[in-house]
Amino acid sequence: MTQTGIREFVTFRVDGQWLGVPVATVQEVLLAQRMAVVPLAPAEVAGFLNLRGQIVTALDLRTRLDMPGEPRLADAMNVVVRHDGELFSLLVDDVGDVLAIDAEQLEPVPLTLDAGWRAVSSGIVRRDTNLLAVLDVGALLRLDTLATT
Amino acid sequence: MDDLLRDFLTESNEGLNQLDRDIVDLERQPESAELINRIFRAIHTIKGTCGFLDLVRLERVAHATESVLVLVRERKLAVSRPVIDDVLAGVDAIKAVLQVIEATEHEPAGNDDEVIVRLNARVPGNAPAPAEATSAAGTIELFETGEVIAVHARAVAAAEESAAPAPATAALPEARPAGEPASESKPAVADSSLRVNVVLLDKLMNLVGELVLGRNQLIQLTAGQEGSVFEAPVQHLNRVTTDLQEAVMKTRMQPVGAAWGKLPRLVRDLAAASGKQIELVMSGAETELDRQILQAIQDPLTHMVRNSADHGIEAPDVRVANGKGRAGTIHLNAFHEGGHVILEIRDDGAGINVDRVRQKAVERGLVKADAAAALSEQQVLRFIFEPGFSTAAQVTNVSGRGVGMDVVRSNIERIGGAVELASRVGEGATVRIKIPLTLAIVSALVVTAGSQVFAIPQIGVVELVRVTEEQQGRVQEMHGTRFYRLRDTLLPLVDLSALLALNHAARTTEANIVVCQVGALRFGLVVDDVYDTQEIVVKPMGRLVKHVTVYSGCTILGDGRVIMILDPAGIAATAMPSGQSERTREGETHAAAAGAGERESVLLFDAGFAALQAVPLRQVARLEEFTSAQLEEADGRLLVQYRGALLPVIPANPAMDVRARDPRPVVVLGRDGQAMGLAVDEIRDIVEEHLKLEAVARRPGVRGVGVIGGRATEVIDTGHFLAAAGHANQEEPA
Repeated sequence: MTQTGIREFVTFRVDGQWLGVPVATVQEVLLAQRMAVVPLAPAEVAGFLNLRGQIVTALDLRTRLDMPGEPRLADAMNVVVRHDGELFSLLVDDVGDVLAIDAEQLEPVPLTLDAGWRAVSSGIVRRDTNLLAVLDVGALLRLDTLATT
Repeated sequence: MDDLLRDFLTESNEGLNQLDRDIVDLERQPESAELINRIFRAIHTIKGTCGFLDLVRLERVAHATESVLVLVRERKLAVSRPVIDDVLAGVDAIKAVLQVIEATEHEPAGNDDEVIVRLNARVPGNAPAPAEATSAAGTIELFETGEVIAVHARAVAAAEESAAPAPATAALPEARPAGEPASESKPAVADSSLRVNVVLLDKLMNLVGELVLGRNQLIQLTAGQEGSVFEAPVQHLNRVTTDLQEAVMKTRMQPVGAAWGKLPRLVRDLAAASGKQIELVMSGAETELDRQILQAIQDPLTHMVRNSADHGIEAPDVRVANGKGRAGTIHLNAFHEGGHVILEIRDDGAGINVDRVRQKAVERGLVKADAAAALSEQQVLRFIFEPGFSTAAQVTNVSGRGVGMDVVRSNIERIGGAVELASRVGEGATVRIKIPLTLAIVSALVVTAGSQVFAIPQIGVVELVRVTEEQQGRVQEMHGTRFYRLRDTLLPLVDLSALLALNHAARTTEANIVVCQVGALRFGLVVDDVYDTQEIVVKPMGRLVKHVTVYSGCTILGDGRVIMILDPAGIAATAMPSGQSERTREGETHAAAAGAGERESVLLFDAGFAALQAVPLRQVARLEEFTSAQLEEADGRLLVQYRGALLPVIPANPAMDVRARDPRPVVVLGRDGQAMGLAVDEIRDIVEEHLKLEAVARRPGVRGVGVIGGRATEVIDTGHFLAAAGHANQEEPA
């Protein structure tokens, strides 16, 4: 990665679980946005939002990651990421700090983790009080990966 | 890639596109000094630049081609078909080499000796290079590498001239050396246009879209605030934005003629290969289209012109025998019509043999013989657009392989267009393509269903029908499938709220029906409200939703809301799967009444047989009841005076005494003029079923036995009854 071996992640929380994506993929973080529901779209797609004239597909992470909590779409924060030239918003409960860690601190995903989660995680970071899963945005957008579990 | 090489390729390609056309024109106007000069210059420019770029192979073939052109220019060689053939062969060789260079940056191995030998044979005594022969030609050989820019500039100027009317050309007029004859170029034109990257244009388009949204929001904010200080500036902004939007749209427009450049050559080659005489007449080349659409229609257009030349136009002797001129004509015409561009390809050839198409359709199993006989000419012609359909008696090297027309149709429908075919035997055929002006901004109808707003592209909408409370009777709901009686046809209805699984109870008091047309299929989309038409900027949906075919994209409304754009073709495919193919397979009585395909609506009735009888609902024109008094006996059969004509009535069961029931329920089958009434005991139900015949028919009048609603049901053979009613001509496969 970087020359110093430092890697940075934007951290956020969904249903009490801390997650992160590489800083470089994140375009911006927004407060709750007005969302257009898309009938017949996959359940993970919460809708489309208009970001200065660009269409952003909002991904409901709670559904995508098969988390039990009640949906909180109305006041969800948007972590807008760019992937393959397209914009996506990851809907999360809270956004935390940018986490800078040494590359060595990024541990491989434990094999005991649920297969669906393993498919979308690229590593685990052990923090003082909690664990943080680093998400692979590309894998997140392949909606069928979770369905196979 | 090296800049110089890239420029050379761009310019050469521009020049060559025009070249084909010019050379074909030259054959017709061998005296035109202007044409000869233009052709000569284009080849000469390529040859000249080759020397600097060290493209030896290209230079040799260009040189040989040029040598022949020099003789033509000096009137030492008459323009004839063989000469033109050779020059075109030279141009083809140049193109082939250029293509490889474009891909690999290097000349391909090998040589073009065959072509060069042919060309050289035209030059008496194999005259030396024309370099000495003309003033302009001398430059390359005489100047050293320091003159690269000069040659480059001249190349641009020549390409510029030959590429007209394409507007995008950059030039470096100041780089032209003083000694160069300036008369060959038009600096004024060169100065007034420049080459702009398409990506930049697309970005501009997007930015303008955003500006439009901002403007709309401002207007909404200031609306109703009279005397506001913002009023005048907002109005000004409004005007400027509208003008800007229009101007930016125009930058993406190209004359449709840009897609025609290759056609004269194509037609000439086809004519030469088949021994026909064909003239291609093009009009409306200046009609402008969005470049994206232009690209999409290029192949379909080529294909259809090729079809006209190959299938349509007859051999000269045949034409003369039929009282026509020896030479056939293909007219290619483009024009605007109500916000769309119409492209017409019309030939005065033999036309399409409808009977042969009908026969072929039966042979291919697309339709049963009796059903085929009942189809109208227009319906039969549609088979041509079915995959794998060709009527060419023999496969030639240009067409008749049965690939194409279905691809043509799907390509055109993909850009929201429609294609129609008309033909008169002996007089020719016309293909009419209707396409939107642009894909980026379309005119759309804004509708609501549930509390959601949607847009429907205007091009797919035929009409709007408002059903008031009193007219509710015209909406007939039968076993979950709803139809609307629209001027004597049954229009299948698709409820948008239900289709999209919107949490919303359908309104009972009144409804709005948007009548959509997808190919030959017409259906009604039931929505809550219809608002006005808006120009919307189409935005792609993103990969996670792309597979949802009921949408073609999304757009942003004036207030910043994102709404989905509905795709009538996708809706038809979702709501009525295989409706199209099923309809053509079975033959139809009502194009508009084509219902669900695999699950199609079937009318069940009782006719005194052990099993229930079934008939596909789309073969049913109407359901009637006739009193015994109305049933008249004449000519040994029962007739009813019905809608100004005599309708023959045949019992569904030969053992039935038709008058025994009064009134007698009658199922009217067939089209007007060839309709008949099928007397039944009782209409039972209309169900939606996979109509799969599992046992063959034993009794005449039965097509087969299928399981409908869990019961063995006999599906009647409509053709049998139509024939029995005296429409016997329908039985003969044409």
